Amino acid sequence: MAAITLGNRLRPLAYLSPWLIGFALFFVYPLISTVYFSFQRYDLFTLEPVGLLNYRYFLQDEAAWTSIRNTLWLVVVMVPLRVVFGLGVAQLITRLKAGAGIFRTIFYLPSLVPLVAGTLGFVYLLNPATGPVQAILGTIGVRSPDWFGDPAWSKWGLTMLALWSVGDLMVIFMAALLDVPKQLYEAAALDGATGWRQFVHITLPVIRPVLMFAAVTGVIQTLQYFTQAMVAARVASGATDSAGSVFVPGYPDQSTLTFPEWLFHQGFRDFAMGYACVLALVLFAVSMVFTLILLRQFRGFGEEDA
Amino acid sequence: MTAAPAATVRERAGATPPAPARPRRGRAALYWIAKHAIAIALAIMFLGPLVFIALTAVMSDQQALTSRLWPDAWNWSNFAEIFEKTPLLTWIGNTIMYSVLATVFMLLSSIPVAYALARFRFRGRRLAFLLVITTMMLPPQVVAVPVYLVWARFHLTGTLWPLIIPMLLGDAFSIFLLRQFLVTIPREYSDAARVDGCGEFRTLVRVILPMAKPAIAAVALFQFFYCWNDYYGPLLYAGTDLDNWTLSLGLAAFRSVHRVQWNLTMAATVLAMAPVIVIFFFAQKVFIEGVKLTGVK
Repeated sequence: MAAITLGNRLRPLAYLSPWLIGFALFFVYPLISTVYFSFQRYDLFTLEPVGLLNYRYFLQDEAAWTSIRNTLWLVVVMVPLRVVFGLGVAQLITRLKAGAGIFRTIFYLPSLVPLVAGTLGFVYLLNPATGPVQAILGTIGVRSPDWFGDPAWSKWGLTMLALWSVGDLMVIFMAALLDVPKQLYEAAALDGATGWRQFVHITLPVIRPVLMFAAVTGVIQTLQYFTQAMVAARVASGATDSAGSVFVPGYPDQSTLTFPEWLFHQGFRDFAMGYACVLALVLFAVSMVFTLILLRQFRGFGEEDA
Repeated sequence: MTAAPAATVRERAGATPPAPARPRRGRAALYWIAKHAIAIALAIMFLGPLVFIALTAVMSDQQALTSRLWPDAWNWSNFAEIFEKTPLLTWIGNTIMYSVLATVFMLLSSIPVAYALARFRFRGRRLAFLLVITTMMLPPQVVAVPVYLVWARFHLTGTLWPLIIPMLLGDAFSIFLLRQFLVTIPREYSDAARVDGCGEFRTLVRVILPMAKPAIAAVALFQFFYCWNDYYGPLLYAGTDLDNWTLSLGLAAFRSVHRVQWNLTMAATVLAMAPVIVIFFFAQKVFIEGVKLTGVK
């Protein structure tokens, strides 16, 4: 047995040092700094303490509240749909006898497509004037909505995109489904439970932790929802960049304006950096709530062999 | 002679299944067909967008605006045209530099951290692990303003370095994933190495790393793809100089900055997707195993 020498004491510290420095520089320091800036007016040139002004402005900033409503919509609609769809697809594949491997590859592939590329593709495909989806629907006489150009449909367009790239969830759920002990199903079959009842009374309870994990991480990811909304709005609006003009996200009619987009726009396009810090703290508070729920799942974790 | 009757009995039993099984087999066949029909329908929906993007990429610009789905003529020159009309080559170069450097830096810094979290016994180890998860879940926008100001002070805004340098200080998601894998390696291996006189660092390099290859390959691929696809990071830091842009940035601005048509936009989209899809086909197993590691039980 190695004696507890100073070297042994310092070893964990040495191995952890990259992360410890990173944690201090990119987490602790900026978080404190964000609190500080939230009480200032700062535009990269002048710094002026303004007390609670930024916070008061937040309460009456209608765009901010619109972005909160949009983000909530995505959390409430997109996340559950992704979990249900991902579970359905996973359940289907685990029951396929022929070609399960090929289907898994095909279903997983879209989740690897770069977000910008996938979003561009969807905006083009779903464009009612020129897109192939309308061309196909038109042959059976169905008129497709203006997905990314109509405020009533734009978030559904983004939801379709999210469902298309459900592959990562599917793989996680497949692994969980295959881990459910077979004896449980056999025992249930003896009791006469089949199909749907097996699913509700055996599958769901056993894989519940995995579903919970997927839902909570899904919520946290959706709180950061940025790229797809930004690109879709930009491309669908047909806005052209010219000197001095700044693209305002949210097209059409602020319907795709998410909270992180508004934060980004305030901080790095309008250079209202103090106010952006107030928005950052709101985002921090909300995502911490869900992170704490997640951490509870890890209770006892990291203790296995300590 | 004595065996014959027994055999016929057995044969007969095998030839005529018990009566109730008949309808069940019919239902099983229907069920089989239904399952596979749904799977094929889904496969078409998942692949459809990719196929249409690829087809549009070779259409003429007029046809891309019509409802005809199959290219009238295959305009392979579209791919050459996007290189002429935009600094695509520079963007691809920048994206490769960003992705490769970030991945190498991430591996160098994250492996020792993950190893320490998985193996060493020290006070605060549980707290450290929970903090790794917390930073992993932190939206990047939360700390964006002060971090941006620090890079601005070093005059590094307008470049991709603010996205690359921090990778030397570990990446929470990669640390988490590697740690999840490393704890599954039985302690006996490192104990045996120690008995043979291996120091802690040599044990890590000689014994643990070779065993952890699948996990290391997975985090490396995830990191590479994350950078390849990253839009938010370059949007924040790359600035307005087109020469510092990445593929994602260029692609998103393709239509607005260069006022190009859909066919060319889709051609560029195909180019952005191609490496990802090619790598995936070669390393599919690594991906699937890696994704499984992210879903914690």
